[in-house]
Amino acid sequence: MRKRLNVMAIPKHTLLWLYALVSLSPLSIMVLNSFRTMKEMAREPLAMPENFNFTSYEKAWVTASFETYFFNSMFVTITSVFIGTSVSLLAAYVFARSKRKIFALMEGLFLSGLLLPVFLAILPIFYLFDALGLISNLWGLILVYSALSIPFSSFILAAFFRQLPIDLEEAARIDGAGYFRTFFSILLPLVRPAIATVIVFRFVPIWNDFFYPLMLMRDRAVYTLPVGLTRFFGEYQTDWATLFAGLTIATIPLVILFVVASKQLISGLTAGMSK
Amino acid sequence: MKTKSVKSHARMPFLTGVVFVAPALLLFSVFILYPLATALSYSFFSWKGTLQGSFIGLENYEAVFTRKPFDEALPNAFSHNLLLFAGAMVFQNTVGLLLAMALHKIGRLKRLFQTMFAMPYLVSPLVVGYLWSLLLSPLFGPVNAILKAVGLEELALPWLGDPTTAIWAIVFITAWQWIGFPMLLYGAALGGIPEEITEAADIDGATGFKKFRSITFPLLLPALGTVSILTFIGAMEAFPIPYAVGGSTGSPAGATDVMALLFYRTAFESGDVGSIGTSSALAMLLFLFIFGVAVALRLALSRGEKRLYG
Repeated sequence: MRKRLNVMAIPKHTLLWLYALVSLSPLSIMVLNSFRTMKEMAREPLAMPENFNFTSYEKAWVTASFETYFFNSMFVTITSVFIGTSVSLLAAYVFARSKRKIFALMEGLFLSGLLLPVFLAILPIFYLFDALGLISNLWGLILVYSALSIPFSSFILAAFFRQLPIDLEEAARIDGAGYFRTFFSILLPLVRPAIATVIVFRFVPIWNDFFYPLMLMRDRAVYTLPVGLTRFFGEYQTDWATLFAGLTIATIPLVILFVVASKQLISGLTAGMSK
Repeated sequence: MKTKSVKSHARMPFLTGVVFVAPALLLFSVFILYPLATALSYSFFSWKGTLQGSFIGLENYEAVFTRKPFDEALPNAFSHNLLLFAGAMVFQNTVGLLLAMALHKIGRLKRLFQTMFAMPYLVSPLVVGYLWSLLLSPLFGPVNAILKAVGLEELALPWLGDPTTAIWAIVFITAWQWIGFPMLLYGAALGGIPEEITEAADIDGATGFKKFRSITFPLLLPALGTVSILTFIGAMEAFPIPYAVGGSTGSPAGATDVMALLFYRTAFESGDVGSIGTSSALAMLLFLFIFGVAVALRLALSRGEKRLYG
């Protein structure tokens, strides 16, 4: 047994490093080529940058409006995650602590949102926004993303609330604290780990989403990064260095998030398995 | 513990519960329930632009199967979604599983490898699509440059420009992006297999393949089920990667068209007066299909698990 393991170790490590190359080289090429000039790329499609040239970043950021797209994306993502998490926290608390049928029914309703391809119901949202003047308004996007966050967030948070012992809350209530006080000063600090998971897991899809802003944001000033990218790819077709720089800008916040929260991400992705 | 918690549950006043649930319920109702119900009703009416006409039953549904351009576009797009599902399943359950098995019990480097393999999964699919469209470009693309450099010149093709290879390129790009997820799930499932079982099998003289078939595989089944369901949903909802690679028309010549693109074109780009009705019918069909199959897979899975574990 021992012996076989050692013999197997060499092909095993070769496989792992080979796939690491397959997995990471496209992303590395994206970053490296953003520092190269078009001339360099035409001469030699695959090479290290001759010198680290930031002009394409400047071009993407300023001339191609990535500054606007970036801050729109940040604003929309952070605000949506904040609203979505807050409303889910309040609802999850009720789902975990009330035994009334109506709330159990509601929880089931929210949960079904996890399996439903709700994005297909975009047309009524479009006409609703049209009537309310919310087309090309970042707050419209924020409301949709907040709502879309509810199924996942309330599911994770309710599961966490259920694991908390009820004694603490009872003690607080005996001391005269109301439900709101108990919720904010006793429970919120306790559910922090679950809140972190929810924030990380909602940040990624909202930051990356392309479908809703493509249909609902119809003015360059309110484009988020993904929609901005589609326009940008049409206009800068031949300017590869700037294209690579734009792709890198759209990816950097996620890489930072991944490095900071890789533990939450990896354990969260497999959480469904440990039932 | 149980009786105690029941007693406390009963104490939460109904009104407090309503106040706490209200914001989430309001958002969910306005932006998820109302649009779903409305889209369903849209599909049963005739439309002139944004003017709702009379109730026409299933005529819009009939139209998306029989009328031009749907009679050709629908089966074409749908077959690409199925291909995407099949291709991603094959890639994930071979390469993904192999990677998970290679990572199993590897020790210190495990987290590093997991992070490297899962990285593409987090990048925006739109970015992934655009990135690969540049990498696979026949002009300055690094992929063809590498192929030529290693003497595989006959493989240096315009992958995305040729209708026969374009959809396969999309299958590969999608599978490349997704693989980190099954790798992690299978890794977690392998980690959950108790040491005693494998040891007992060793003592009984079980060899590599037999051990895999009768021990590892049954214990991987729940993970396989989860991967299948999520891959199915992801493949049916595919949009950003095909959009980045082939645009909203699925070029070249509809070779990269998928259902979500067809829906998008019908709803927003067709200019057809009845487009609200037909696009809503398309949305509802896709909706029912995704939800129906996902639920059926889930049921089959729990039944299979029951049969395996009694």
